[in-house]
This record gives sequence, structure tokens and C-alpha cells, in this order.
Amino acid sequence: MNRFDYVRADSLGAAVGAEGALLAGGTNLLDLMKIGVATPERLVDISRLPLDWIEEHEGGLRIGAMVRNAQIARHPAVLARYPALAEALLSGASAQLRNAATTGGNVMQATRCSYFQDPLSPCNRREPGAGCGALGGETRNHAVLGWTEGCIATHPSDMCVALAAYDAVVEIAGPDGRREVPMAEFHPLPDATGAGPAPLAAGEVITHIRLPDAGGMARHARYVKLRERTSFAFAIVSAAAALEIREGRIVTARLALGGVAARPWRARAAEQALEGQPATGDSFARAAELALQGARPSGDNAAKIELARRIAVRALERAAAGTPERLPALPASVFAGDDNG
Amino acid sequence: MTPTLNLTINGTPQTIALDDPRATLLDLLRERLGLTGTKKGCDRGQCGACTVLVDGERVNACLSLALSQDGKHITTIEGLAEGEQLHPVQAAFIAHDGFQCGYCTPGQIMSAVGLIAEGEAGLDPERVREGMSGNICRCAAYAGITEAVLEATREMDTAAERKSA
Repeated sequence: MNRFDYVRADSLGAAVGAEGALLAGGTNLLDLMKIGVATPERLVDISRLPLDWIEEHEGGLRIGAMVRNAQIARHPAVLARYPALAEALLSGASAQLRNAATTGGNVMQATRCSYFQDPLSPCNRREPGAGCGALGGETRNHAVLGWTEGCIATHPSDMCVALAAYDAVVEIAGPDGRREVPMAEFHPLPDATGAGPAPLAAGEVITHIRLPDAGGMARHARYVKLRERTSFAFAIVSAAAALEIREGRIVTARLALGGVAARPWRARAAEQALEGQPATGDSFARAAELALQGARPSGDNAAKIELARRIAVRALERAAAGTPERLPALPASVFAGDDNG
Repeated sequence: MTPTLNLTINGTPQTIALDDPRATLLDLLRERLGLTGTKKGCDRGQCGACTVLVDGERVNACLSLALSQDGKHITTIEGLAEGEQLHPVQAAFIAHDGFQCGYCTPGQIMSAVGLIAEGEAGLDPERVREGMSGNICRCAAYAGITEAVLEATREMDTAAERKSA
């Protein structure tokens, strides 16, 4: 690890505009520094910023950027009204990491593309213009939607997939004032030659994530995640689904996919097709077709397209069946008995 | 200027001068303070051997920058027993053979203490296994580990009931 200067920001005013890499929980940044992928000259420790609570906000919730992932996952209002968010969080990382990782850090985490993580491989994301080592490489964790020859990496977060489905908004403070961006559009898609622009400008800090009122979707929301082992692994593909159902018909539908693109992939065409339809398997199968429209393999990963369709259907089926009172022992697992389904 | 940090480690307040900001909490415990019970496995947050409690919650010490922990209360494996009296989780790991080589054991035990305090797994073996999934045991003593965590949970519940009665 390179040497660096360490400063602590005790107020948002001190953090905004500060030069250096922002350190919160450290679970991603320190790891990247140890493997030589991140080499900041200065760390600005924002872990003590007073952004560590969850509050009610216009029928929804406002989550501070320094709230730990575990705190969100066990918050009574999240479990009651946004259970797919809790299930997504609990399906990711380990209990130790969830106790340290913050909301803002989860959003800002780097791709787990193994070529990005290997400083000896060319990577346009790490070094614009260097090329892409993942093309023609091992691509089970890579994109099938929204990718270019410039970059085929995926965003690894589970939390962001559920947040995108729930129409969450990222609140940002910067030297030129405040702005906000929908979660589903926060992470840029790659352009022709590389990873695209950075999601945050220099000196900007994520302050909150805002969740709008979940309304009638509160108890019809699930997250399903396919991975190489049932616990402590990143998604091959995942899906967050939330439905409002009246008299067997879908009034509102939300569907977002994970593990398939450089951002959580909100499937709006699928949502529109579901609305007004009966909450049945046929509707879900058509929606899954639409969700994966335009998908193409970025390597030897064509299977992910069919897997994503199936996971989307599974998430919609489980959402339609209703969120169980208590989240299953194995959150988001595809290997679930009746009590999980 | 050499930065200093204040930590309460296993109940004892300490002021530590740190000449290198790169030290993780794990390195600080092992290399500076001689508390080698906390183990370095992968050093990347994947194996759980370095698990300690920070303000009562289990975290990976290898991914915690020491300077960022200023003011926190740290509990390591050395801080669990009271004299010769083992912590119920320690005793249960011995009773149920929750280890073979022992290298991952301090992390397993600290993680189990954190898990039981969280109170969400209870006596459901599946929830215990899922809750302990951040701790790898390459000897694969998982069956014994699960039994040990379940027994310690029962033991600590009973002790708490006795206290409140």
C-alpha cells in the first residue's frame, strides 16, 4: 500500500470539496489500496459525519450516507415497507462487512471485474485508453446489457438493485451546491472507449438516499440472487421485484436486475407491460422477455441472459405470493423451499 | 506530526502514537500491541480470521483503518475470558470440537459472540450457518462450529434468564 496523508472531516462542510479519496467503512477502499488498484495520496475520513440515521420523509424514508448496511437491513421501517431492500442487503457480503460498510460506500463500490482488480491487466476503467482485459476473458460476472467494447464490467451491489426498483434518489452535496440523481441512473453506462464519466465530480459527497412511499407494494416485494454459492458471493444475476396487486391484477410493478450491467438495470418496459395484467406466470414470462430485450453476451456468458429471465420471473412470482412475515434464513436464495417462496 | 489515537482495548483505555497511517486495526493489535490472538488470514475481508468487536459489533479488523477507529471500544479474543473462567462461546467450541488446526478459531469465536448479541439467528441452525458465513474454516469444522454456537446461545439465554429472575 502506498503512503498517504490522513485527515478527518468532522462536518459535511469540511468533507465537501476536500481533496483526496473519501474513506467511510473502508471495506472496499482499503482492499483496493492493498492490491494496488487505488493509490490515493490523501484519505479524507468521513466516517464520523452526522449522516448516520434513518428518518421518515414524506411517507418514505431518508437514509444517511453513513448508515451501516446492517442498520438498514434490520431497521423496522425497512423490514415492514421495503423488505426487498433488506433482503438484498442480507444476501450480500458477510455480517462483518455489513456492520462496517456504509450506504454511500455501497453505492460507490468498485466493480469486481477481476481484470479491473489486477493492476497487470489492461483496463479502460482503471486507466482510460489502456484497453480491456476482460474481452475474451472469464466473463461470468460481466455485462449482458448496456456494455460496449470499452468496458463490460458490472456494478456489484445488491443494495442498489433494490433501491433502483424502489425509485430511490441519491442526494449529493458538492462545491457548487446540492443535486440529486435517481439511483437507476446514478452509475454511468460505458461509452465507446471506456467506463464513461465518474458518477461524482471532484469534491462531491453522497449525503442521503431517499426512498419514496412504497404504498401498496410494501408486502409484495422480494429480491432473488443467483450466485456460485448460497452465501457471501456476488451475484451472477439478481432481480428485485415489487408489485401492487388489486383483485388479482397488477396495479404497479417494479423490476430491476443486478449483475447484468454497469448499473442496476431498471426494466421499465417490463413494468409497463405488467401493469393491468393478471399476476400470473404468463404475465411474468412476458415481462422477463421484455426486461432482457437487447441483451447480448459480452463474452462466454450468453447463459446469463436466460438465467436473468428466470431470476426475474422467480422474483415476480415471489413478490406476487407476498413477502413472508420474517425474511428466510437464506435471504434471496434460489434454493428455497415453500417457506422461502 | 505523529498522529495519536485513543482506543479502549479489552476494557483498558490506551493512547497509541502511530507513525504510519497505513496500519489497519489488525496490524495495530498484532504488531504494536502484541495481541496476536487476532489472526491474519486473507487480509482482504474474505476469511474472517481477523474478526473483532468494535463497539460491540463484529467487523473485519483487516479492513478497518486504525486511525479511523479513534475513540472506539475494541474487544479481541484475549478480552473474552474472565480470569480462568472461559466465555460460554469459548467453552462451547471446546465441548463441540469447533476446530481442528485452530487458526480461524479466534475469528470464529468473536464472530459467534457478535452473532449471538445480534439476536437474530436464535436456535435455527440454518440462520446460524448463514450468520457465520463470513468465517472460513479450511479444516471444515463447520458442523462442530454450528453446534457450539447453538449451545452457547442456549447457555447465554439461560444465564440471562437466571439473572433477570
